Amino acid sequence: MSQTLPALGQIAVLVVALAVAVPFLGRLLAHVYTSERHWRVESAAYRVLRLDPDADQHWRVYALSVLAFSMVGVFAVYAIARLQPHLPASIGMASFPADGAWNTAVSFVTNTNWQWYSGESAAGNLLQASGLAVQNFVSAAVGLCVAAALARGLARQRAGGRVGNFWADLTRTCVRVLLPGAFVAALVLVALGVVQNLAGARTITTLDGGSQSLPGGPIASQEAIKQLGTNGGGPYNANSAHPFENPTPLSDLFAVFLMLVLPFAMAWAFGLIVRDRRQGGVVIAVMTALLGTSIGLLTWAEMAGHGTAPQLAGAAMEGKEVRFGEAASALFAAATTGTSTGAVNATHDSLTAAGGGLAMFNMMLGEIAPGGTGSGLYGMLMLAVVTVFIAGLMVGRTPEYLGKKIGQREMMLVAGYVLATPVLVLAGIAVAITAKDGLAGLQESGPHGLSEALYAVTSASNNNGSAFGGLTSGTPFWNTLLGLLMLFGRFLPIVLVLALAGRFAAARTLPAGPGTLPTHRPLFAVLLGGVALVLVGLTYVPVLSLGPIAEALS
Amino acid sequence: MTTTQLTPNGQAPGSSPEPDDHAGTRQSALGLGRRQVVEALPAALRKLNPLELVRTPVMLVVEIGAVVTTVLSVGDPSTLGVMVTVWLWLTVLFGTYAEAVAEGRGKAQAASLRALQAETDARRRLKDGSHELVPSTSLRAGDVVLVEAGERIPGDGEVIEGVASVDESAVTGESAPVIRESGGDRSAVTGGTVVLSDRILVRISSDPGSSFVDRMIALVEGSQRQRTPNEIALDVLLGSLTIIFGVVVASLYFVADYSDAHQSVLVLVALLVCLIPTTIGALLSAIGIAGMDRLVRRNVLAMSGRAVEAAGDVDVLLLDKTGTITYGNRRATELLAVGGVEQAALERAALLSSLADETPEGRSIVELVRATTPTLADADAPAGAALVEFSAATRMSGLDAPGLELRKGAASAVQAWVREHGGVVPSDLDAVVGAVSEQGGTPLVVAEREAEGRARVLGVIHLADVVKDGIAERFAELRAMGIRTVMITGDNAVTARVIAERAGVDDVLAEATPEDKLALIRQEQRGGRMVAMCGDGTNDAPALAQADVGVAMNTGTVAAKEAGNMVDLDSDPTKLIEVVEIGKQLLITRGALTTFSVANDVAKYFAILPAMFVPAFPQLDVLNVMRLSSPGSAIVSAVVFNALVIIALIPLALRGVRYRPAAAADLLRRNLLVYGVGGLIAPFVGIKLLDLVVSLLPGL
Repeated sequence: MSQTLPALGQIAVLVVALAVAVPFLGRLLAHVYTSERHWRVESAAYRVLRLDPDADQHWRVYALSVLAFSMVGVFAVYAIARLQPHLPASIGMASFPADGAWNTAVSFVTNTNWQWYSGESAAGNLLQASGLAVQNFVSAAVGLCVAAALARGLARQRAGGRVGNFWADLTRTCVRVLLPGAFVAALVLVALGVVQNLAGARTITTLDGGSQSLPGGPIASQEAIKQLGTNGGGPYNANSAHPFENPTPLSDLFAVFLMLVLPFAMAWAFGLIVRDRRQGGVVIAVMTALLGTSIGLLTWAEMAGHGTAPQLAGAAMEGKEVRFGEAASALFAAATTGTSTGAVNATHDSLTAAGGGLAMFNMMLGEIAPGGTGSGLYGMLMLAVVTVFIAGLMVGRTPEYLGKKIGQREMMLVAGYVLATPVLVLAGIAVAITAKDGLAGLQESGPHGLSEALYAVTSASNNNGSAFGGLTSGTPFWNTLLGLLMLFGRFLPIVLVLALAGRFAAARTLPAGPGTLPTHRPLFAVLLGGVALVLVGLTYVPVLSLGPIAEALS
Repeated sequence: MTTTQLTPNGQAPGSSPEPDDHAGTRQSALGLGRRQVVEALPAALRKLNPLELVRTPVMLVVEIGAVVTTVLSVGDPSTLGVMVTVWLWLTVLFGTYAEAVAEGRGKAQAASLRALQAETDARRRLKDGSHELVPSTSLRAGDVVLVEAGERIPGDGEVIEGVASVDESAVTGESAPVIRESGGDRSAVTGGTVVLSDRILVRISSDPGSSFVDRMIALVEGSQRQRTPNEIALDVLLGSLTIIFGVVVASLYFVADYSDAHQSVLVLVALLVCLIPTTIGALLSAIGIAGMDRLVRRNVLAMSGRAVEAAGDVDVLLLDKTGTITYGNRRATELLAVGGVEQAALERAALLSSLADETPEGRSIVELVRATTPTLADADAPAGAALVEFSAATRMSGLDAPGLELRKGAASAVQAWVREHGGVVPSDLDAVVGAVSEQGGTPLVVAEREAEGRARVLGVIHLADVVKDGIAERFAELRAMGIRTVMITGDNAVTARVIAERAGVDDVLAEATPEDKLALIRQEQRGGRMVAMCGDGTNDAPALAQADVGVAMNTGTVAAKEAGNMVDLDSDPTKLIEVVEIGKQLLITRGALTTFSVANDVAKYFAILPAMFVPAFPQLDVLNVMRLSSPGSAIVSAVVFNALVIIALIPLALRGVRYRPAAAADLLRRNLLVYGVGGLIAPFVGIKLLDLVVSLLPGL
């Protein structure tokens, strides 16, 4: 049977579902970040926590709130992971080592969800529910809040650097978007056959008489926010390849839908917040084009199945689930690396060399196609500013984006943003393959070994969290290194984005005219996509050529 | 809005001051005389000093790279090492050379400006009213000097006493002397100009070294050139790209080691230099200096580079009607007979009454009649005729000849004259006069009285403001560029509206006072728009200062010149449009070369990466799409291309990219095609061609 038809079919279903859901969720998000009214439950929360949700925060205060909130999260998860055996509901799990607890704490707070441990055999229910699951919600919310602050900064003028209230944004995101969204998604997942119970592992006798322990747990509810919040850290080590977590092709497609819907919806909301839907449209168009290309290429790479093993086997099925097959695995791989989710339904280590390279390239794009919740939008907007700066000059005016002049200060912030992740990735890879402890974690040598290490540092620095496999990362060296990359890869950009939001909010908005560079036209979309590809290409092609490219061409 | 314009019947309006044909500039830019080319060399070498290169960080990195490869090549000489080293040094040198050439061209301008600064003796007035002879260089602001006929004015200043005709050709190139007098708007004098007649007392307005000619010299020479805000922002971008590529290359050292594809420092330095944006880095300051230079060539002195940049951003142009949109004077456009008078009688009277009238309006009447009615072509004034001059009191002029009196003037005045001499005012006169006014014209009523008889009204001369040829098209271009034009005039709203419509301006400020102008500028700026205007009077000074781009006329007052950020030596208000275009061209050139520079990198990867890694990974040879002959020649070709492209683009940097007014979207599309797509393709071709030559070198 031709595999092309189902491959196209799943994409068609996905496109239709997104086309329906994105505008709806976009309007909801835009309302959440612009409405003056508080829900009663929110007001109650503010009263209890003694927060003033109407205080319009200066970007510095906003940024400090983000950092403080996140640091508290890091400490909380760290403490629970370390003290696990002494706390209730540990279901007998041992204490995390210091480096492991640090890595896990940072990982979940930064929306990366890199997991060096296997969930079912290391994390107890308390850690899963009150540590990791909470962070699954709030780390996704933080990304959305920062994106909302940037959109607001662009929409305001002469607001003295004030970009909104973090606590109100955070509360509303959770209460009005993520909790209801995850609830509905969990119900759908249960209907599609995902496990949901509060029991521990069940021991059964298998057909040949052996005994097997089947881990249960609140999987559907975890899975919902894991995908919706572009988190990716699942309760099972096998992640979305596990049949209890992702039983059928339909649940698989739904999981892909969940990953993509919020990042796209936030771009839609952006258009509404800046009162020009076409601007959001351009962002969505570029995201779609990059993601679409990546899905197409990845699917082609997997289905063409170059390489020795696939040709012997007749298909590139090693490391993939037969339930899903090549096309659905490729789609999932593209979506999980294009968003900053990092959930996997196949071992990326076993993707073809080209496919693995594409997954890496997706992350190297800086998670903008469509990226993490919120972080995808602000990443794309930062690139839009770079694009405007280069191209804007060519229309004979000093550059401006949405009526905001891009001067020296703005450029420094954007330059810092553009620099941050590549420097982390490249410094990370240099350290990883030079240090003996780093090399010790690699399963293979040569280009594939390089790919394993490169994938890990790229995934951490870009807060993706997907793992290539093959890398033994649960060592003090890797836990520490990846923890640092995740931390700086998340918060350095966030602070720079908020600083830029503040500058935009303080500046006046210049009226657009025929003389200003139109940023809502197809030409600009092409340019923005081109700048993203060229910048990332120029940065990573040398190292990619020694890893996946060398491997793919061999 | 209509763009039709009335032209005087049968008479083509004089040629309007078209923008300079850019060809002139282009030729001088490309035809860098041999002297300029050679003279720039020592300066280029001096600029290799690292302390000077700090201003262009990208080139400093190249220089450090060149030092590193020099050391490596001395220790371990090889053809590759020597070639890379030589061409890295040439890369730096080409960069400094571009700047030196731009400054050299500025210096030529400065030399002619400096000629004005020649030291002369000045007669400084002392407290007791006597004068002492001092060298002009010792004059300070506030000093008062006496200048007599035949003497050179020792410095910029203001006439505080007397009136004189002054030869300003040294500054403006205009040979006709101009009148400078105390008080009013014609009191400013420029140092270096020559008093032709009479004597004036001048209060010096600037200390030596700080007159605007001095400031301009410093700017065009580049010595005190401050980087403009946009240049600094661009430098930030270029700096961050340089850091990224630095990290890329540094990490590659370790990654290559891991991959058993060890790379020499020499090759990594070559890669780094090829990747960092050297093209734009090398040419950036030359582009800025050349932009200033282009202004000077059009006789506009800018007080700062910032002003030129701001000109590109202008959203609103405030233009004075008179002299900018219309010819300075009204012209007769038609003759309208009233009360059944024959057209011929009116024409004859209009002609005779104007023959001796030397005002521009009078001349235009003569021209109109002679052009439309050939039979009157050689009619002459009757013998014994005496001209009755126009006076503010009578508001009429005319002719008194034996047996004939002719009058023309304001409707009310002529009507009064007719009645006084027993005439009757025809009933249709009011309607005709009203119609002319409504069309934005000025009606002149013509009347005659023959041999002590009764006076009678003959008709009306329609004096119209004639909109300059081609001005409507210019405004249409400006509109396409997104620039709104506002006409400023003292006329009443009805007249102003009519002319505005004819000229195709977007808006009009009628019966404008200087305060209105200032208020309008503030209002536009509050809306976030950048405003440019020109002006000459003292009462324009606040508005000039408030405007983002204020071009003061050189004929204007000291106050106006101090307030504006540019001075137009030709005192041509139309030039504001050119100033805007130069500003835009400057920014476009910067953006185009940045895009070109970054786009170039793609091809360089295809040259250098296979060269570096094919020995360890033969499969990467498929990336060698240019089929370069050997790793060594590939690297050298890329480095040589990188250096040569700087030299190749110097003329473009100095001249500025071709600029035609168009909407932003169109400009972007075209420039992107030329410099973006062109920048992707050009190096593939260039590197391949260079490789064909370089591969002949032994040892590569």
